[in-house]
Amino acid sequence: MEIPAELEARIDETITHYPVSKRSAVLPLLHLLQEHFGYISPETANWVAAKLDLQPINVLEVVTFYPMFRAAPPGRHHIRVCRTLSCAMAGSYRLLDDLCQMAKIERPKHAGHGTPFTVGEDGRFSIEFVECLASCGTAPVCMVNDDFYEGVNKEAAAQILEKYQ
Amino acid sequence: MVSLIKQPHARERRMIFKNVDRPGWKTDIDTYLEDGGYEELKKALTMSQPDVVNEVKASGLRGRGGAGFPCGVKWGFIKQDGPKPIYLICNADESEPGTFKDRYIIHQDPHQLIEGMVISCYAVNARLAYIYIRGEYPEGAKILERALAEARERGFLGKNILGSGFDCEIYVHRGAGAYICGEETGLIESLEGKRPYPRIKPPYFPAVLGLYQCPTIVNNVETLCHVKHIVRMGGAEYAKIGRPNNTGTRILCVSGDVQKPGYFEVEVGSLTMGELLYDICGGPKEGRKFKAIIPGGSSAKVLRADEKYKIKEKGTDGAMVDKEITFDQIPMDFDTLAAVGSMAGSGGVIVMDDSRDMVETLANINEFYAHESCGQCTPCREGSLWMQKITRRMVSGEGAKQDPAVLKSVADNIAGKTICAFGEACAWPTQSFVGKFREEFDAKAQKNVTPREVSDGVALREGRPVLVHDHEVAAASPGGVPKPDAPWELSNDSKAGHV
Repeated sequence: MEIPAELEARIDETITHYPVSKRSAVLPLLHLLQEHFGYISPETANWVAAKLDLQPINVLEVVTFYPMFRAAPPGRHHIRVCRTLSCAMAGSYRLLDDLCQMAKIERPKHAGHGTPFTVGEDGRFSIEFVECLASCGTAPVCMVNDDFYEGVNKEAAAQILEKYQ
Repeated sequence: MVSLIKQPHARERRMIFKNVDRPGWKTDIDTYLEDGGYEELKKALTMSQPDVVNEVKASGLRGRGGAGFPCGVKWGFIKQDGPKPIYLICNADESEPGTFKDRYIIHQDPHQLIEGMVISCYAVNARLAYIYIRGEYPEGAKILERALAEARERGFLGKNILGSGFDCEIYVHRGAGAYICGEETGLIESLEGKRPYPRIKPPYFPAVLGLYQCPTIVNNVETLCHVKHIVRMGGAEYAKIGRPNNTGTRILCVSGDVQKPGYFEVEVGSLTMGELLYDICGGPKEGRKFKAIIPGGSSAKVLRADEKYKIKEKGTDGAMVDKEITFDQIPMDFDTLAAVGSMAGSGGVIVMDDSRDMVETLANINEFYAHESCGQCTPCREGSLWMQKITRRMVSGEGAKQDPAVLKSVADNIAGKTICAFGEACAWPTQSFVGKFREEFDAKAQKNVTPREVSDGVALREGRPVLVHDHEVAAASPGGVPKPDAPWELSNDSKAGHV
């Protein structure tokens, strides 16, 4: 596992945000590393533990609890569709089906932990059904990577997919 | 970003949302300064710290995150002369389904939040603060980080702020998709780099034993923004907005089955549910009628649109008199919503019309809570999954005759029996949906089945035999597996058999 110098510099700077306890930097470090590697491997978790003078379990228990940390690689572009009430009422279950069909991905089972997402065969997209994205007034909503989309109908979904190759 | 309604409605009073959707408004510090930004910080720094706290106390400001606790009282719990440092945390986890107000403050007016935070830090003498922002707002986190850098550059943050001698640093801390991090002690655990298992109160009141076991104030984004306006107007003047004990403005977020969903900042209690849903949100969709309203985020108890509600009102002679009102006459304030059996919560109003199946609706909500239970307390960890399992089988036509009663029994055994308020949050929807729409639940619970058959059905359909164990069946029927038709219900005693 190789950590680029630039990333490690960001990591070191982030740790300074927590002058009282380095352990507080677990989540931000996992975010930075997941952004770089796409997921958190056991090796990555161990690296974080060593970096912050923690036992590996201290990091693993965090990785396995928080739904956003992935235990396996996603596609090149990761789609999150909101499943919760207002989005569901506005058709997010249908939106998930449409996106899966258009992106040729198996429908993910349900919001969950670890690897609740599915990845398409060509690796271009992965898709996940997530809980509330907090934009209930513009439902249904989804995210592709860090980009946020509101009021997504089937036509809009097709256009959104086109943007990510 | 697609926005909802660009023009504020005539009934609105925009204070916190003044700059949201404002033409030409940008998130940079120059735009904010040209608009008189950071003037309230300058003013606050000329006041004594207790004076700022007193203004907030006088304002009557109640927390906008969900519990509605008086902000000044919370601040008053902080022991300023102790040996420990004091921390302030902005709760920007905004995870209550139906709520989406903080999103717009963070994305469109970050400096208002930062100014409110620095004033609040000064008031409670906190030198280090964190904005705990939900992981699902990556753009929001970047906007805040940029805004913090700008504020630092201009001397509104960092060492010796505006020459006052007061030092304060704020950092952004991103969550990672867990609803429980919105609970203040869970949030603190998360900020300490751990699983966000909420802490038990007492002794872990954040104001006494918070972050790193030091006195800590945790306030919602909207609450902290109000502080800026309280400093501008003075607490007494601010308290004139809204209603007694329900002061200020508040942002209501409406979603679901209305013509025009969106966010609306109004004086607290200045309008009724009917005015909000009909006049501002345009009423129900074509050919539909309102059926049910969740008034304060998905954990608030549901209200039935055709029900009469009893409230107490001050009569002409000053005495309290009973009054019966319909749902549309309910004033949208903290106290009345509590009086009719629900809560103002986080201000997230979710509306269901007569096309909605209440069992399906509850099933959706139960999926959420089953996913989000942190698993620390047994009643919630087990109960949220049982409720999920039961509503799942009801929507798929496998509902057993006993199910509505079992659902209620499970919910009753969670509320009040857990470390944090998640227990209530996950029990209230089930208690209220089953209680208020019993006929719909009974209609979907027609099968004469033994528990074993029910469990197998769920296991096969979902392809995951989660929580389908013999001991569960045994727990549900202390006298052994009952014969077909035998009614069964969980009681407190039978749960003891669950290992």
